Amino acid sequence: MADTGTALGAPAERREGRDKVTGSARYAAEQNIPGRVHAWPVAAGITRGTIRAIDTGTALALPGVLAVLTHDDAPRLAPADDPTLAVLQDRRVPHHGWFVALVVAETLEEARAGAAAVRVEYDVEEHDVTLTEDHPGAYTPEQANGGNPAHREQGHPEEAFATADVRVDARYRIPPLHNHPMEPHAATAHRSGGRLLVHDSSQGATTVRATLASLFRLPEDDITVVSEHVGGGFGSKGTPRPHVVLAVMAALRTGRPVTVALPRRLLPDAVGHRAPTLHRFRLGAAADGTLVSSLHEVTTHTSRIKEFVEQAAVPSRIMYAAPHRLTTHRVVPLDVPSPSWMRAPGEAPGMYALESAMDELAVATGLDPVELRIVNEPDTDPDSGKPFSSRHLIECLREGARRFGWAQRDPRPRSRTEGPLLVGTGVASATYPVMVSPARASAHALPDGRFAVRINATDIGTGARTVLAQIAADALGVPLDRVRAEVGSSDLPPAPLAGGSSGTASWGWAVHEACTRLAALLAAHTGPLPDGGLRAHADTAGSADAGSDWARHAFGAHFAEVTVDTVSGEVRVRRLLGVYAAGRILNARTARSQFIGAMTMGLGMALTEGSTMDAASGDFVESDLASYHVPVHADVPDIEAHWIDEDDPHLNPMGSKGIGEIGIVGTAAAIGNAVHHAAGVRYRELPLTPDRVLEGLAGPL
Amino acid sequence: MKPFAYARAATVEEAAGLYAAHPGARYLGGGTNLVDLMKLGVEEPAALVDVSRLPLDTVDELPDGSVRVGATVRNSDLAAHPTVRDRYPALSQALLAGASGQLRNAATTGGNLLQRTRCPYFQDTDKPCNKRVPGSGCAARDGAHRDHAVLGHSPQCIATHPSDLAVALAALDARVELYGAGGARTVPAAEFHRLPGDRPEQDTEIRPGELITGVVLPAAPAGLPSLYRKARDRASYAFALASVAAVLGVEGGVVRHVGIAFGALAHRPWRARRAERALLGAAPTTAAFERAADLELAAAEPLRDNAYKVRLARNLAVDALERLAHGSPRTGN
Repeated sequence: MADTGTALGAPAERREGRDKVTGSARYAAEQNIPGRVHAWPVAAGITRGTIRAIDTGTALALPGVLAVLTHDDAPRLAPADDPTLAVLQDRRVPHHGWFVALVVAETLEEARAGAAAVRVEYDVEEHDVTLTEDHPGAYTPEQANGGNPAHREQGHPEEAFATADVRVDARYRIPPLHNHPMEPHAATAHRSGGRLLVHDSSQGATTVRATLASLFRLPEDDITVVSEHVGGGFGSKGTPRPHVVLAVMAALRTGRPVTVALPRRLLPDAVGHRAPTLHRFRLGAAADGTLVSSLHEVTTHTSRIKEFVEQAAVPSRIMYAAPHRLTTHRVVPLDVPSPSWMRAPGEAPGMYALESAMDELAVATGLDPVELRIVNEPDTDPDSGKPFSSRHLIECLREGARRFGWAQRDPRPRSRTEGPLLVGTGVASATYPVMVSPARASAHALPDGRFAVRINATDIGTGARTVLAQIAADALGVPLDRVRAEVGSSDLPPAPLAGGSSGTASWGWAVHEACTRLAALLAAHTGPLPDGGLRAHADTAGSADAGSDWARHAFGAHFAEVTVDTVSGEVRVRRLLGVYAAGRILNARTARSQFIGAMTMGLGMALTEGSTMDAASGDFVESDLASYHVPVHADVPDIEAHWIDEDDPHLNPMGSKGIGEIGIVGTAAAIGNAVHHAAGVRYRELPLTPDRVLEGLAGPL
Repeated sequence: MKPFAYARAATVEEAAGLYAAHPGARYLGGGTNLVDLMKLGVEEPAALVDVSRLPLDTVDELPDGSVRVGATVRNSDLAAHPTVRDRYPALSQALLAGASGQLRNAATTGGNLLQRTRCPYFQDTDKPCNKRVPGSGCAARDGAHRDHAVLGHSPQCIATHPSDLAVALAALDARVELYGAGGARTVPAAEFHRLPGDRPEQDTEIRPGELITGVVLPAAPAGLPSLYRKARDRASYAFALASVAAVLGVEGGVVRHVGIAFGALAHRPWRARRAERALLGAAPTTAAFERAADLELAAAEPLRDNAYKVRLARNLAVDALERLAHGSPRTGN
């Protein structure tokens, strides 16, 4: 593979691409260590209760079965910060799919058969898994996720709304959503010679190591966690998940290397989901579209064991100027699996509601939806009052409108038909906060003229190795093909996870600093390098996590063209176009891949993806990829991602903002707004499946 | 794991003999559904009799103008077969609307007809399901049933049959050829699958040990305009929310031949006999199509969350018949 350039921004190819497409890249479950055995968890088939008895005798008598771990005899864990990791510790079953036993056997098939043979008796209790806005258990937490205050209020939003010239008062619903990465959650654990080696499909091996050390009371130095290749995570591998705890338990118990690869059907209950969100959005505006009041109220659910509050009202705090503002979250603990992180947590559902409400306001005021957003552009962050480090939302909207051909749009709903098809276009804004965390890195100049940078970054399919090598080559001023980036092991300098669109910024900062130091060492050095080469290190603690006087966010705009089939109710997207202002783009090829991948996920959120909580069983109904509908190729249209060059000195040495999540933000609203434009019907519940669309087209049955 | 015997049959007679010799056996075609169900523990056969390599992999024209499709012809091959594309476009379209390219390459004609419902409660051994465990109850009736039946369901079962192919065969008056201990027989495709009644565990009229050897497409609808239209949640690789297969022959301004079958509305492809009777001899007008569809769907008994299927099926049927009557190209999504 020829490297195509040295400068940041070059479309360098993924370095592990060939290994992946030829199958030689090894994932966590593919670590065929000699003597390796397999484990299969037993998931509770009840929703709430306690284990009365577990009969493991039948399973243990089956061929190949080595052990059955239950709460009676599994290794005792230290108290877990994350209650979802406290598996096999007690009799309590807090939700459907909670792991109640683990069967270890010589082969995967024997472990599965063993799991099917474990008999569990329960004392079953009444359960409640149904989220409603007026649920008596709803409360306002202290914080929503990300350390955001749950409630913010400025001015007199209720009064200002009541007296506004134009009012939108709408409720939106988003169902539970599942991450469903291509590679299911898997880990292979091996205890050997006093050391614990774990291959885990994780977005951050540093945290996995720290968590395992804590839970199993082992020194961190005795543990290595490797996440060399990860087949996607979308947030669901952002924190250690129960499978890796189970794998270590089984390895400790049996003395054998053990692989736990969660079957697809167990993922929805076990690895977290995007919690459903019920939104009430009220926008009050003057007749010219100027917002006077904005109220975004979110109700969501969490489990009984963990308070996880999808921060869906948070993006409404920074998007548009309005003197009177309210954003608030309420959460209902239910007997449901614990929700967790999913791509653009908060922003993805929150911006669906805000950007749908803005479209409703555009219709109510008669303003063009692009212009309405421009009219309400704030001078400073409306929430904190800080200036924006850079904010080019208007430029994204204008550039998107130009590329999309927005000017030719007839704004009247249902104004364009092609036979039985209604055709419409829609727009929505996007945003995602800039996050960055401290990391350590080392840079090494080898005597043969090559360089190596080392950092426990994780490549979850984004091309992290490649872009880190680009950052290093740029800082060193050397050709890209002379730089090797070593990532994906906790034996490397510690670094934060690939999540929150912060990985490249966090890792890159440390790599950049180490390489800058190394360049200075090299400049001062005369003669050939010593046999061991020269090394430099960096630790960005204190700088990467320093507070900023700037409000730092990426922005973007999404445009969609859809058809609505009046016969079938089927909605298809014809065109999807995104324009982003996200600082400096460090690799044009992998950035484009991130953008269009997230836009595709947003398309799924709009049209096809939805999970149903079965009230009787407390189980998610759609538990495989035949029933949980992620978009397939035929759903993905002409899709384009563009960006505006942004020079922002208040970010990090590379001048970059995160790009992994913003593509999903607002995409569902752009598509929903296009559906309204096409059909003249406002749908406020996702996904826009034919049953709902047809009902809306025809009116109530 | 649960061990099972495996035997590959070279002839139909040998297959039947192997089946008889192995209590608890199942025939294995492409395996695209049976193997999944074995992994889920829904099916636990004691033996698999592999019939996928029987010499039944050809499409042959018979002297009377009908076309015989062998049971092991793969879905992809059947969809692409020039005779099928030319004379029975609805059949080709139905096959191509099903599953994915990879699955169609593996799935067989016979196996497609014998696939099981995709009701999520049927597929989950932790849940009650009268089809999987007779007498255990039906979790779908009060559960998630947006995808379930609106016609011909019973208190015991509201499952639908997932095949697209079977819907086209029903509309085209195809017959299913069977071979078993009692010798060979044929059954109309429209009556091959059954309604659940109080025996939902029994999907079809097939008798124990009987093997599908082929399907016969009659001469009568050959060359008449026909089409298959399927509404679904995504553009490919999704089961139907509702579908329709229709064939229409108009002569002298009146309907002389009509076959209509709905998919995803019932436990079997729903042959719309009432609608057909109303249309035969009538002028092919929009009003006539609407009236016919309404007549047929008047029998619908929607559940809490699937009333949309009635309107969807009506729309699909009227649209399909109009296109067939007026030769308009397909312009839908």
